[in-house]
Amino acid sequence: MKTNHLKASAAIAGIVLGLAATGTAWAQDAVNLRMTIWSANEAHLATFNEIAEGFKATHPNVTVSFEPLPFDSYTTTLTTQIAGGNPPDLAWILETTAADFVNSGALAPLTDAFAATEGYDLADVTEQATALWTKDGQLFAYPFSTSPFAIFANNDVIKAAGAKTPAELIAAGEWNWDNAFATAATVGQSGKTGLVVRDFKYQVWQNMASIWNGWGATPWSADGKTCTFADQPMVDAMTAIHKAIFTDKAMPGPGEDIDFFAGETGMTITQISRASLLPTENPFDWDLVPLPAGPVGEYAVVGQAGVGAFAAGANVDTAVEFLAYMTNPENSQKLAQFFPPARASLLNAETLAATNPLLSAEQIDNVVISGISNGVVLPGHTNFAQIQQTIRASLDSLWVADADVAAVLGNVCSSVSPLLAR
Amino acid sequence: MSLPAEPMQQKRPFWTMARRDAAAGYVFIAPQLVGIITFVLVPLGLVFWYSLHEWNVLASTFNYVGAANYQMLLADPNLPSVLLASAIFSVGLVILNMSLALLLAVLLDQKLRGLVVFRTLFFSPVVVSLVAWTIVWSFLLQNNGGINGMLAMLGIEGPNWLRTPTTALISVVVVQVFKNVGLNMVLFLAALQGVPKELYEAARVDGAGRFKQFRRITLPLISPTILLTSIITVVGSLQVFAQIAVLTQGGPGMSTTVLVYYLYQQAFQFHFFGYGSTLSILLFVIVAALTFAQWQLRKRIVFYEN
Repeated sequence: MKTNHLKASAAIAGIVLGLAATGTAWAQDAVNLRMTIWSANEAHLATFNEIAEGFKATHPNVTVSFEPLPFDSYTTTLTTQIAGGNPPDLAWILETTAADFVNSGALAPLTDAFAATEGYDLADVTEQATALWTKDGQLFAYPFSTSPFAIFANNDVIKAAGAKTPAELIAAGEWNWDNAFATAATVGQSGKTGLVVRDFKYQVWQNMASIWNGWGATPWSADGKTCTFADQPMVDAMTAIHKAIFTDKAMPGPGEDIDFFAGETGMTITQISRASLLPTENPFDWDLVPLPAGPVGEYAVVGQAGVGAFAAGANVDTAVEFLAYMTNPENSQKLAQFFPPARASLLNAETLAATNPLLSAEQIDNVVISGISNGVVLPGHTNFAQIQQTIRASLDSLWVADADVAAVLGNVCSSVSPLLAR
Repeated sequence: MSLPAEPMQQKRPFWTMARRDAAAGYVFIAPQLVGIITFVLVPLGLVFWYSLHEWNVLASTFNYVGAANYQMLLADPNLPSVLLASAIFSVGLVILNMSLALLLAVLLDQKLRGLVVFRTLFFSPVVVSLVAWTIVWSFLLQNNGGINGMLAMLGIEGPNWLRTPTTALISVVVVQVFKNVGLNMVLFLAALQGVPKELYEAARVDGAGRFKQFRRITLPLISPTILLTSIITVVGSLQVFAQIAVLTQGGPGMSTTVLVYYLYQQAFQFHFFGYGSTLSILLFVIVAALTFAQWQLRKRIVFYEN
C-alpha cells in the first residue's frame, strides 16, 4: 500500500513538474503567495489587491494574499513564523532591522531579476534609497516607502496659547529648534501639550534621531563599531531635549501617552504618511512643515520600509517576479499615494500632488521632495533589537528631572559597546 | 498421546476482566495523556534540545554547540539583576497575595447580610481578561493618570509609578495581587468553612481567646489549603509576563525584567532561540526545585486530621 502511494505521488509529481516546465498554467500548480505587512488600512489593502489582480494577467495561477500583522510586534511575529517553519513568501521589513535581514542570507537577491524585467528601469530607483537594502552590490529588499519625518502643527492650539506658529517662524526665517521648543514650551505651559515625538514613548529612542540629527549627533560611528552616544553633539542634543521636557514642559514627560491627532497638542514629529490620521470630524487648522534647523543647519530624516522575498520559500522565483511587478514604474505610481517612492521619475511635485490630495504643493516641495532627497535614514544596526533594548535600559535614567546627561550617555556607551564591537 | 481433546475450553479469552479494566483505565486517561505528551513532554524535550544549539532563525542555521549556551548563562552580566527582580517580585507577590487573601477570607467568613456582594466583588477580577485588566491599570498608573489624580485631590504628589524603578516593581506586584487575590480568597474561605465549629466551642470553654483560636485551630486545619495556594501562587509568580509586557516592558532600566520576560526578549525579540531555550530550562529547574521544597515542607508544617 505505502509503496503504491509513493509511486502514485511520484508519478503525479512528475507530470506536474513536466507541465510546469513547459510553462503551462494548470490548476495543479496554483501558487499562493503570502506577504506579511504592518498596515491594516483598507485603502492600502485595496491597492495591493488591485496590483495582485493585475499580476494574474500574466500569471493566472498566482494568488497573492496580504497578511496584516500588528506593527508593535511585527518583527517578532515575522521571525516567529520563520522559526516555526512557516515563513511568508514576501514580507515588509523595517529600516531598523534591515541590516539583520539583508546580512542574514534569508532574503532572495533581487538585482538580476529586476534588471531582466522588461520596462523595470532599475536605474530610476535612487541609490540613496537602496543603500540600506544592498549588500555586495545586490539588492535584497525594495525600499517601497521612504517617508520623511516632518512636523505636523495644530495652529488652533498654538495660537490659543499665544505662541508663534511654525509657518510664522518659517516666514521670518527663524525656524530653528530654539524657537520650535519655545513655541512648544508656551503651549505646554498653557496646559496643553507642546511637542510629541510620535511613537517615542520613552522606549523607541531611535525616533529621537529626528531631533538629534539637527545637532549632527549619531548613536554610533558609520561602520557601526564605535558608540558615539557620549560624544559632544549627542550630549548637546540630549541636554536640549532634557531641558525641553523637564524644565520647559515643552514635551510630555515619561508615562504620559498623548496623541497629537486628538487635537490637544501643538506639534508632533512623525512621518508624512500619518496625514491619514488627521481628523475629518471636528478638524483643526493643521500645517505640515519640515523639521526645524539645528545647530548644524537644515537637515532631514527619513524612515524606510522595504519589501523582500524569502530565499527559502517554495515559490521564491514567483515571489521575486511578483515583487518586480509590484514595484515597476506603473505600480510604484499607484503605491506613491501612500508611500513616498524611491523612483527619481516619481519624485516631482505633479506626481506627488496628484497622489497626496491632502498636502499643498508647497508642503510637498518643502517636506516630501527635499526630505527624501536630503534625508538620512533612522539608525539601524545588525542585531538591532538587542542593541535597542540595551540602550533603552541605560537611557531610562536620563528621563528624570535631575539626570546628569553626560554621565548617563557615558553609561549608555559602556553598556552597548560590547554589542557594537561584535 | 492421549491428552483430553478439550483445547477450546482451556484457551482463556484475551479480554480478561483485569485487561478490560486496564484498557478502560487507559482509555479514560488517554485524552489527558495525549495532551501532556503533545503539549508538555515533547516541547520540554525540544526546548532542552534547542538549548544545546545556536539557532539563528533568519539565516536558518541550527548548529550544535554543546554546553556553550549554559556557559553563556553563567557569564551573563544581566542574569543576577534578572533573578533578583524575579525573586523580589515572587516574594512580594506571595506574601502580599496570601496574607491579603487570608485576611479577606477571615473577614468574609461571617454570617452578615450583603457579604456575598463583597465576595463577588473581590472574586470578579479573577474572571477578567488579564491583558484588559493590565491595560486599565496602565492608564490608572500613568503619571497624569487616575491614581495620581486622586492623590492630587488629597494634596499628595504621587510618584511616576511605572517610570521609577522601585514603584514600577511594586506597581506590577500590586496589579497582579489585585487580579488574583480573589482566587486564593475563595480557596481559603472554603477551607475556613470546613473547620468544625465544635472545635472553637471547645477552645472557648478552655478559655482560648480569638487570636489563640486562630493560631491553634484555624491555621493548622487550613494548612493543606495554605500549601496548595502557596504552590499555585509561587509558580504563577514566576510565570508573570503579560503584566510586564503591558505595563513596563521590563523597565525602567532592568528593574522589572523578570526571568520570563528576559527569556521572551532573548528568544523572540533578539532571535536567540538557543539561549532563550537555555533560560527556560533554568526557569523549569527553579520552578521544579521550589515546588519540591514546598512539597517537602508539608510534612513539617501541614496538619492532616487523619
